Amino acid sequence: MSGKDRLAIFPSRGAQMLMKGRLAGAQKGHGLLKKKADALQVRFRLILSKIIETKTLMGEVMKEAAFSLAEAKFTTGDFNQVVLQNVTKAQIKIRSKKDNVAGVTLPIFESYQDGSDTYELAGLARGGQQLAKLKKNFQSAVKLLVELASLQTSFVTLDEVIKITNRRVNAIEHVIIPRLERTLAYIISELDELEREEFYRLKKIQDKKKIIKDKAEAKKAALRAAGQDLRDSANLLDEGDEDLLF
Amino acid sequence: MALHAAVKGKLISVIGDEDTCVGFLLGGIGEINKNRHPNFMVVDKNTPVSEIEECFKRFVKRDDIDIILINQNVAELVRHVIDAHTAPVPSVLEIPSKDHPYDASKDSILRRAKGMFNPEDLVR
Repeated sequence: MSGKDRLAIFPSRGAQMLMKGRLAGAQKGHGLLKKKADALQVRFRLILSKIIETKTLMGEVMKEAAFSLAEAKFTTGDFNQVVLQNVTKAQIKIRSKKDNVAGVTLPIFESYQDGSDTYELAGLARGGQQLAKLKKNFQSAVKLLVELASLQTSFVTLDEVIKITNRRVNAIEHVIIPRLERTLAYIISELDELEREEFYRLKKIQDKKKIIKDKAEAKKAALRAAGQDLRDSANLLDEGDEDLLF
Repeated sequence: MALHAAVKGKLISVIGDEDTCVGFLLGGIGEINKNRHPNFMVVDKNTPVSEIEECFKRFVKRDDIDIILINQNVAELVRHVIDAHTAPVPSVLEIPSKDHPYDASKDSILRRAKGMFNPEDLVR
């Protein structure tokens, strides 16, 4: 019962019932949270392995894209400034959807084509094939990167949530449940003590009664010895047969 | 256009060297909004670090951007700003540039993951 870290509560039967309820609730909550943490962890590991896979793939795709850029430049000549100056409106945009894992919403990005190609006429003079290939490569790179971004966002979100959940699980396991148990132990010991006190009190009363009775008997005996007859004052129901023995 | 973008699709933005930017712009992610602010930034060797930081912060603040692509060698320059950005959206992706191969051990996200897994799994 250590008595140090427990809830400030008056030890009574009612409080004991209350504490028992709370302890059961805490244990249930602990189990549920633990399950949630496990579910998140499973998802988390899945995502992490996917991220690693996609990151390696991304290296390949980017290499290919950079190479096709060099190819296009070789045939078309330097078009960097033209491209940089002619930006108007994005062709590829991102939609986000929500996914739900054990009550945690994870954003999922999805790329989609919107509007026409700004650089439709680029490479019309020469190097059109290379430019088309370049565009295709970079578009697939963008698709991959969008996928990676949603994985990464899920990763960050899940990381945060897992930390919070684990913190809660540990708090319940190591702080709340022990405290409730200590409180319960305190209440039980306190109630036991009350019971012992009550028992002792009853015993004491019995003893007192006995002493008083003994005194009264002694007094009666003394009076009888002095020759006084007590029978007159005695109750009718008292047995008067005793005297025959003398 | 900005409002339209906020309602419908979000944008991808790029911070990187000229070739990376040109490539992704040809891929069709470039957009210049009403105020003539582009969603990409070309970094060359003369660009001061403070300007990159400024630009990154501006992209993070814009609500029509969901993904920020940044070259890893550029990310190295502004690593502290990237590490300070912990919110899930916009998500920051480090990509390899033409002349710098990708190094998984430098990635902010993978470094965070390292605490939980053994490094051999990450650098394959």
